[in-house]
Amino acid sequence: MNSILEFFYLYKETIFIIALSIILGIVVISNVPAILHTPLMSGANAISGVIIIGAIILVGHADNTLTLILGLIGIVLATLNVVGGFVVTDRMLEMFKRKKQK
Amino acid sequence: MEKITEVTRTLEFTSGQSVLELSYLVAAILFVLGLRMLSHPDTARKGNFWAAFGMILAIITTIVFYKDDQGNGIKNLGLIFGALLIGSVAGWIIARKIKMTAMPQLVSFFNGTGGAAAALISLREFPNIDPSLLSNHGMFNGQVLVILLGLFIGSVSFTGSMIAYGKLDDKIRDIRASFLKYVNIILLIIVIGFFVYIMSRGPVSPDKLMPVIYLLFTISLIYGVLFVMPIGGADMPVVISLLNSFTGIAAAMGGFLYHNDAMLLGGILVGSAGIILTILMCKAMNRSLLNVIIGTFGGGGVSVDREIGTIKEISVSDAAVLLSYTQRVVIVPGYGLAVAQAQHVCNDMVKLLEEKGVEVKFAIHPVAGRMPGHMNVLLAEAEVPYEKLVELDDINPELPKTDVVIIIGANDVVNPAAEDDPTSPIYGMPIIRAHTAKNVIVMKRGMGKGYAAIENLLFYADNTRMLFGNAKDTLQNLVAEIKSL
Repeated sequence: MNSILEFFYLYKETIFIIALSIILGIVVISNVPAILHTPLMSGANAISGVIIIGAIILVGHADNTLTLILGLIGIVLATLNVVGGFVVTDRMLEMFKRKKQK
Repeated sequence: MEKITEVTRTLEFTSGQSVLELSYLVAAILFVLGLRMLSHPDTARKGNFWAAFGMILAIITTIVFYKDDQGNGIKNLGLIFGALLIGSVAGWIIARKIKMTAMPQLVSFFNGTGGAAAALISLREFPNIDPSLLSNHGMFNGQVLVILLGLFIGSVSFTGSMIAYGKLDDKIRDIRASFLKYVNIILLIIVIGFFVYIMSRGPVSPDKLMPVIYLLFTISLIYGVLFVMPIGGADMPVVISLLNSFTGIAAAMGGFLYHNDAMLLGGILVGSAGIILTILMCKAMNRSLLNVIIGTFGGGGVSVDREIGTIKEISVSDAAVLLSYTQRVVIVPGYGLAVAQAQHVCNDMVKLLEEKGVEVKFAIHPVAGRMPGHMNVLLAEAEVPYEKLVELDDINPELPKTDVVIIIGANDVVNPAAEDDPTSPIYGMPIIRAHTAKNVIVMKRGMGKGYAAIENLLFYADNTRMLFGNAKDTLQNLVAEIKSL
């Protein structure tokens, strides 16, 4: 129990951010029309590619070959997630826009 | 070497650090705004753009300004740029070239790559833990738990998404063995056992624990496969949304590890929004999340010995006449329309019928296709006007007044068993009540069952006529017939 309290105290700012972000996530996507479910899921998926920053930091201080190789694979995979995710979302939304202009 | 210790960490002010943190703040705000704008049809495209801009900003400033606790900047820049280039080009090409029908599995695939990256980071950062963290903590050790969770959740998200991708792409078949349920529970208990063991290990060099970490990594990968394997059919959209949320949480764990607020906020945001989206989808199918995860959509439902009537076919020319001389037509699209790439020719038929004074609408079931909104995207591509797409609750009261309902490659979402057969696996799911219309034309490739593998009594009803064949070919023939009338 004490170790949990100690952990909370050390990371209180981070835990504050987490708690408020959870609420933010719920509020932000409330009232989304069904038509946007797929693009929204795809866009959120691209944002979760933010792990790419971690992969860059990992490679940035890699001090052995294994870490370097796995880290570089991590960057490639995370970039796929980010670039692919945003491009696919844009492709989906492009269709809605074209139709609107008519 | 980065040490993961909060106690000894002192952030000395440098302008580079400050610019970096500021750019993370801007990125985090852009993620929130982007997601918000993505929830409205008018602003969605801009929202996607701003979120992408936030991401690029965070990536560039990290490369330029990041310093670890010893003040070392990012090394291996050439390799990093190379990896970024490979990933960008590959991601761009895959996302641009893929067919619209393959969109759901593509989202799943990209989600898996993010999960894999998160798992790899946790795997290689574990040896860098400050050994002092591994001692004097008793049973609970938050910092270690964060890394282990990142490893576990990222791995599950990776293999789970790849299995979901394979299933949607018809590369992997469902395995509906009920014993898998128990295997999964046992695996989960083993994983928790690993967590407790590693956290309460006492003073030991992190390198000594690496074999255990690799074992945990392997078990997590296997768990991801077995977690998605028994879930089939109509539940795949829910699973993808859930795994999407997992990747977000795994990214947030990485943010915690690196004290990186952009990763933390972005990850948690996706994690919580993903869970809410998952629950919304479950509600649309009138099922609980727990039921989706541990329950399996099996066969069953209508028993074979029950009298189910006969199948009646209709010719293309008869169908053309029926459609041309009526007032109200409602089209119910399903996955068959997507598979056959028939959305454009479908819209051609709609235009022809409207020229003849027929009122045509589309009835969109929330889980039609393989992902919520799948049909909307598909029909938007064919430039079907937005106002023609009517949602479930609004179309059902109109159906008894509708002359002809055309069902194109949909099955489970119009199955009346969901309303009147308590033994059916889809009992309780809201459906489009096509059977209440005056006439029903069902376009189908054959008498195969729907994705949930259950019999559909609608096909045997007196007012139903079947039009067998590939949806695109059938619609093309139909368009030609209507033109010649």
